[in-house]
Amino acid sequence: MDYFKYLRKDKMPHIWCDGCGNGIVLKSILRTIDGVKWDKDEIVLISGIGCSGRTSGYVDFNTLHTTHGRALTFATGMKLSNPELKIIVLSGDGDATAIGGNHFIHAARRNLDLNLIVLNNNIYGMTGGQVSPTTPHQKITSTTPHGNPDFAFDISDLAKSAGANFVARVPAVMTNKMDRYIQKAFQKEGFAVVETLTPCPTSYGRANTETGETGVEMLQYQKENSISIDKAKQLSRSELQNKIITGIYVDKEDPSYLEHYQQNQDNAN
Amino acid sequence: MSERTSLIQGNVAIARGAIQAGCKFFAGYPITPSSEIAETMSEELPEVGGRFIQMEDEIASIGATIGASLAGDKAMTATSGPGFSLKQENLGFAVMAEIPLVVINIQRGGPSTGIPTKASQGDVMQARYGSHGDYPIIALSPASVQESFYMSIRAFSLAEKYRTPVIILGDEIIAHLTEKVTLNSEEMPEIIEREAPEVSPEKYLPYQRISGGVAKLAPFGQGYRYHISGLVHDETGFPTNDPEEAKKQLEHLNNKFAPHKDDIIYSEEHHTKDMDTLIVAYGAPARSARRALHIARDNGYKVGLLRLKTIWPFPEEKIENLLNEVKQVIVPEMNRGQIAQEIKKYNPHNKEIMQINKINGEPISPDEILELIEQEG
Repeated sequence: MDYFKYLRKDKMPHIWCDGCGNGIVLKSILRTIDGVKWDKDEIVLISGIGCSGRTSGYVDFNTLHTTHGRALTFATGMKLSNPELKIIVLSGDGDATAIGGNHFIHAARRNLDLNLIVLNNNIYGMTGGQVSPTTPHQKITSTTPHGNPDFAFDISDLAKSAGANFVARVPAVMTNKMDRYIQKAFQKEGFAVVETLTPCPTSYGRANTETGETGVEMLQYQKENSISIDKAKQLSRSELQNKIITGIYVDKEDPSYLEHYQQNQDNAN
Repeated sequence: MSERTSLIQGNVAIARGAIQAGCKFFAGYPITPSSEIAETMSEELPEVGGRFIQMEDEIASIGATIGASLAGDKAMTATSGPGFSLKQENLGFAVMAEIPLVVINIQRGGPSTGIPTKASQGDVMQARYGSHGDYPIIALSPASVQESFYMSIRAFSLAEKYRTPVIILGDEIIAHLTEKVTLNSEEMPEIIEREAPEVSPEKYLPYQRISGGVAKLAPFGQGYRYHISGLVHDETGFPTNDPEEAKKQLEHLNNKFAPHKDDIIYSEEHHTKDMDTLIVAYGAPARSARRALHIARDNGYKVGLLRLKTIWPFPEEKIENLLNEVKQVIVPEMNRGQIAQEIKKYNPHNKEIMQINKINGEPISPDEILELIEQEG
């Protein structure tokens, strides 16, 4: 397919570093859009702040580059006002689960028809590699030079507990799977989250070489250490250490927020 | 002339005015003393096909309001001081991205949690400068329940016309006051709708710098695919780091209201043709000022009143002209002199500016103003 059908060619080159996983996720999103045949005019891509936030500038849709962590709030108002719009929200791990953590869980709780693609690179990339809510315990970042005392959020588990209709996690190395999950998300009514794991060699890889130093090495590490949810269920906690769990966490058909909302709306009249 | 009379609360009047203006979206978060606005909207918006949502916090409420406005709806949120502080980030976004919306701030005592159930006018400067960076803003302040209704309509019209957030700086006294409202079609402010771009999508510039004008905002989803960002941007809406472009964009933004001050700024004057003492007031203290003025004039004091309805942009020319006419000025405010300080900037002949300030949640009484008039004779 011709990716440039969906890209703003004049905005290239993008700002992402060599080996960054964001481009892999963007291409998967564009392939999926092409597959589901959404009209460019009805697609809104909303992003927050950070490396992932810049994506909105590169794609030829209705695009909205919001404030840090708040993309889902803008998306909520927009979807309620015009339910016909196909809204894709892009957010990094810091954007979605630190500064935007409250919006993230409440969007999942409401189960409004939004598609959230999280680009989780386990670090704040744009600001120079500071610790994020998904940086694993004891890893080195520019604000945890002596190791990270915190423990990481499991974004997919969080979305599942909060009520999203569809949740899946996929490492950037598994592009076919990513296409499939994003397609399921796009076709799902209710809140859908795809947590993509994107290498950040510049900030994360260089400081934590044991999981790969370059982009290619980090993808190789993902490939060698990913296991499915089903397989993970049979392993102990210690066996799961350093493993990447991939798969569909939730796939349910609860009535979406819009359905409930419309019912209440009808009650008023 | 058709008339409609009702007995309603200030907050309800703001909500009903919004609906009259065509507001179709409200997002809010519970906070005293503004909650009745959200409650009224939740009850009455669905009846006109509008949408109400209570969000998880104040930040989310204004975020959702911006999103709804971009989808083409007239949209509003309401809060009080602490919530207004939280909204400043996205308020700045709406200013920068030039998104029409209305933010109601029913002021309460501060700082911090302050006195939630009592009156204040402590957010005058927060309304002007609360978000980071240099930017212009419109803020209005009602002094009666009836005016709350009309001002709500006017806020929406200004927001749409000038592609900007408009703030209503209410106070707890007017917001919780229940009084007679007689609406008539002659006093009803003009209801302005958002205009669609006149050009094709290929030629559309969402941030075109039209001299003295405002570029049209195309709602998302109607064939105009473009980019909106809080970053400094060029006329296409895409970010730029170029110092010349940055200067042009920010100058254009900051000068947006300058050619339209006569349209945006409105106020009310009493006895200003024949006075030696001028009272400048807004919101609830303006009611006490009016009462004090009548008593004082009956007793032979030459007092006039300028009641500000538009707080920002500040009516600097009007102030300067009226200050020329008087010996002294009295400024009663439920803060430590936020507007009095502003008036001092436009006082070339150094007339005496006397302040009556209360920050303990109590209203300023007519007697307090009268006392100062009599004392200064």
